[in-house]
Amino acid sequence: MQERLQELQTEVLQKIEQSENLKELNEVRVAYLGKKGPITEVLRGMGKLSAEERPKMGALVNEVREAISVKLEEKQKELEEAEVLEKLASETIDVTLPGRPVKAGSHHPLTKIIEEIEDLFIGMGYQVAEGPEVEKDYYNFEALNLPKGHPARDMQDSFYISEEILLRTHTSPVQARTMEKHQGKGPVKIICPGKVYRRDNDDATHSHQFMQIEGLVIDENIRMSDLKGTLEVFAKKIFGEDREIRLRPSFFPFTEPSVEMDISCKICGGKGCSVCKGTGWIEILGAGMVHPNVLEMAGFDSKKYTGFAFGMGPERIAMLKYGIDDIRHFYTNDVRFLTQFSRHEE
Amino acid sequence: MFVSYKWLQDYVDLSGITPEELAEKITKSGIEVEGVETLNEGIKGVVIGYVVQREQHPNADKLNKCLVDVGEEAPIQIICGAPNVAQGQKVAVAKVGAVLPGNFKIKRAKLRGEESNGMICSLQELGMEGKIVPKEYAEGIFVFPGDAEVGTDAIGALNRDDSILELGLTPNRSDCLSMLGVAYEVAAILGREVKLPEVRLESSSEMASDYIDIKVEAKEDNPLYVAKVIRNVKIAPSPLWMQTRLMAAGIRPHNNVVDITNYILLEYGQPLHAFDYDRLGSKEIVVRRATEGETMVTLDDVKRTLSADHLVISNGKEPVALAGVMGGANSEVSSETTTVLLESAYFSGAAVRKASKDHGLRSEASARFEKGVDPNRVRVSGDRAAYLMAKYADGEVLGGSVEADTLTVEPAVVSITLEKINRVLGTELSMNVIEDIFSRLQFDTNTEEDTITVTVPTRRGDIRIEEDLIEEVARLYGYDNIPKTLPEGSSTPGHLTGYQQKRRVVRHFLEGAGLYQAVTYSLTSEERVAQYALENGEAIRLAMPMSEDRSMLRLSIVPQLLEVLKYNSARQNENFGVYETGAVFLANKGVELPEEREHLAAAITGVWHSHSWQGEKKPVDFYVLKGILEGLFNKLGVSSQINYVQAKMDGMHPGRTAEILLNGAKIGFVGQVHPTVQKNFDLKDTFVFELSLKAVLEASVEPLHYNAIPRFPSITRDIALVAEKETASGQLKEIIAEAGGKLLKDVQVFDLYEGDRMEAGKKSIAFSLKYEDPEKTLTDEEVTKVHEKVLEALKEKARAVLRG
Repeated sequence: MQERLQELQTEVLQKIEQSENLKELNEVRVAYLGKKGPITEVLRGMGKLSAEERPKMGALVNEVREAISVKLEEKQKELEEAEVLEKLASETIDVTLPGRPVKAGSHHPLTKIIEEIEDLFIGMGYQVAEGPEVEKDYYNFEALNLPKGHPARDMQDSFYISEEILLRTHTSPVQARTMEKHQGKGPVKIICPGKVYRRDNDDATHSHQFMQIEGLVIDENIRMSDLKGTLEVFAKKIFGEDREIRLRPSFFPFTEPSVEMDISCKICGGKGCSVCKGTGWIEILGAGMVHPNVLEMAGFDSKKYTGFAFGMGPERIAMLKYGIDDIRHFYTNDVRFLTQFSRHEE
Repeated sequence: MFVSYKWLQDYVDLSGITPEELAEKITKSGIEVEGVETLNEGIKGVVIGYVVQREQHPNADKLNKCLVDVGEEAPIQIICGAPNVAQGQKVAVAKVGAVLPGNFKIKRAKLRGEESNGMICSLQELGMEGKIVPKEYAEGIFVFPGDAEVGTDAIGALNRDDSILELGLTPNRSDCLSMLGVAYEVAAILGREVKLPEVRLESSSEMASDYIDIKVEAKEDNPLYVAKVIRNVKIAPSPLWMQTRLMAAGIRPHNNVVDITNYILLEYGQPLHAFDYDRLGSKEIVVRRATEGETMVTLDDVKRTLSADHLVISNGKEPVALAGVMGGANSEVSSETTTVLLESAYFSGAAVRKASKDHGLRSEASARFEKGVDPNRVRVSGDRAAYLMAKYADGEVLGGSVEADTLTVEPAVVSITLEKINRVLGTELSMNVIEDIFSRLQFDTNTEEDTITVTVPTRRGDIRIEEDLIEEVARLYGYDNIPKTLPEGSSTPGHLTGYQQKRRVVRHFLEGAGLYQAVTYSLTSEERVAQYALENGEAIRLAMPMSEDRSMLRLSIVPQLLEVLKYNSARQNENFGVYETGAVFLANKGVELPEEREHLAAAITGVWHSHSWQGEKKPVDFYVLKGILEGLFNKLGVSSQINYVQAKMDGMHPGRTAEILLNGAKIGFVGQVHPTVQKNFDLKDTFVFELSLKAVLEASVEPLHYNAIPRFPSITRDIALVAEKETASGQLKEIIAEAGGKLLKDVQVFDLYEGDRMEAGKKSIAFSLKYEDPEKTLTDEEVTKVHEKVLEALKEKARAVLRG
């Protein structure tokens, strides 16, 4: 009997080992451990044994059953794992196929530039001021030291609606309005972005509508050197740390002294190339110390307060920064143009 | 202003400074040099030749066979096509091996069988513009004066070995519209002296006042009029050096008298006019405003109708010149002229500007008067011109001048403290530095302790106040030398306003939803202006539009966006969406400025979602765009204040358009563009919205407040209803929400069927209702009780019943 058991054990373990799938394994289980299986049969024969042999034999049977169970379980686990692997292998996909596109639009490049500049100056304590695009002649010209008949009015031929109302030719009237609101009390620190209009025929470098962004600081003891320092912070942030700036004297009726700011040419590094017309410098913006007439007209005491102002064209900045060659692109809104500005910029 | 480098050396020593270096220095200290042109660039091997013999080319009617002495052993044969070539002329000859502009190399050639060893040149062939070449040589070769030396460099003789600095002058620096003005500027920059031009008048005993009487009626327009008389002039070409200087400055030479007036204009910035005295028709000059409708023929042979705004020089009866703008044809100097009446006057900028603008006549003279000439140069300019006429036209200058003078000339005297200069510039300059700068400018100064008082010469009319002096200091001290600092003093908080922040939120949301931001023009056509307008306002028209297409200020943005879609669709980009935020403009009667309202508009067209290899293609529809709007309103926290109602609107699909209400007030619309309009724009199905951004961003929003997360489970009941087709889901939802009361937490539509299986005029619509009690777990009985009420209300108020 003992021999028979050991034979059975060897036989079962072998059969278990040979099972190739869960179904075969189950068949083995049923065949050997089932009610009609050989082990049960052995147990039935136990009755014939002596009282001394019986417990011994019982222990042996349990041992054999235990061994078989363990093996069965092991094999079961092994086969299950194999089956899972096989299933997963059959589920393999082509990971190089494109994913489902996520819809995303983007800022217009001019908004991108304007927000970048706004954020820079907000960080320096400026607020963003806005004003009407249709303006009174007074705010657009007179309050900025451009009385009627002033020759500099020629520089910006305008779209008039009536004798006294026109489409603003620059964002400077916002400065005039803001100063007026401050009722002669500083400090004023604002940045004014917006659309402006001039009588120009649209071509690669002119547009009858374009953007401007201007800055104004008024306080006691504002100096030309503050303007220079502020503009350098701006130039380095927008155009890169390696850029140099220079100021050249210029003329604007609303500032005195007036300057224009150039930055060193990125293309040639200052040696001179076609982009900078051989000068090594590229003109970026106009600026100056606020003209005392402008301060006085807005109610500021020009003996106590000084200020600086600067103004630039986001189109020009975008054109230089991104290498855009035609200003009309900004207003045509060609998707092939707009989509190029959707990614984040270092 | 074109400044000849060679000519400038008459007044300032430029030794040791190249034209390019000079340009750089001028630019850095205030006047932008826009370009430096080397006149003889690319020209080589052109000499003065003498035409020994000219005969007809044997084989060509229009060619001449010339023998030309170019200072070599034997004359050379040149075939020349110029009609004006003749024996005995001194001409410019490009010899074999010479190079002309455009890298045109002269080679030995055979023309119709005759050898040609070079080319006789016109001025145009030497790189000069046709419009500045003297008229008599405009169609042929240039002929040098008889004293030109054969064999020498023709380019040098033409003063083309020169560089021209092109100054871009700002309106305040009209003092540099003259060589002398530029000389003062350059002298200040370089710290050198200014040499003034020579005036040596030998006047005859006869007095000009015997010849002419001057009367100025319009004293404000013309406070100073100076007349001189030069007798016995011989009209001839002016000296070559003068002609070449004029040409280099862009002025065409005419004859000695006219050229001298133009030369003085360039030298002093003072426009002069020469009348033929004998053709004046009287012995008096009367300066007055024209009478309304009065006419005159100007030098350019155009008959001008004048008005009382225009200042004229008259002979007492009729106009003989449009003051400061152009002379009259009736008194023009001609080859017959023997006596010249020379006018040197100060005309007001306003009077000249009006006339030059009205008649479209912008001349070198008018440009200078408009910006203001130096009152102290009026007399000296006339004297120098008279001197040159004596010298180069053999004229006899009559004694004295005849003047009408009511002009008071006071130089500006401005005082400033050193402290102020340094405070405004952020510098620490000493008084010595300041004094040196003004002395270089040749401004007289007087220093007392900390204060410097500057007497500004009248040539610098732009300097009036302290700040003007500060600018002079800054530019000559050099902006490069000014330190860089940041504003000190009171600090200010930098931030966007709530409105501005929300506008950014709107942009980011819409872009996240797949729309590109567009920026379009505010000006549109009369035809487009009222289309899709939200408000019933009147549009604004420009007084003088540049074109009909851009003549009115927009009342809406949608038409501009449709134009953008059209442009892109025509370029194979048929699937995309754009949005724009911007102002629309409503005329405001009674109030001065129009009302500007900030709108938000969007337009989408074509396929919205697609996943190519999975075969998915979802075209845009009403609900795509409405979904974006709903998302936006959620983001802004105003969803609960928004409603949509079916609406009809011009240009929109009559069944697929909704008005957007904010707290019951219309703020916009959303829907499909009318198929006819879509067709006109060549667009596929297109959906648009436009709304008042201002209204949305200014709507009051509740502050964020945390609601406890429910601890008890909710119960969901789905109902499928049969309702009238016209009954809006929004209406059913409202009924459900009202009847559901506090326990009803959410209602969602989850199915809609309007197909054949429904009874005519009916639809099936299914809602999912979520019940929840924050205090306890709801029982079935409690939910059923409320749910029954909901069903009852639906039946009663909308005749909507459970689908059997």
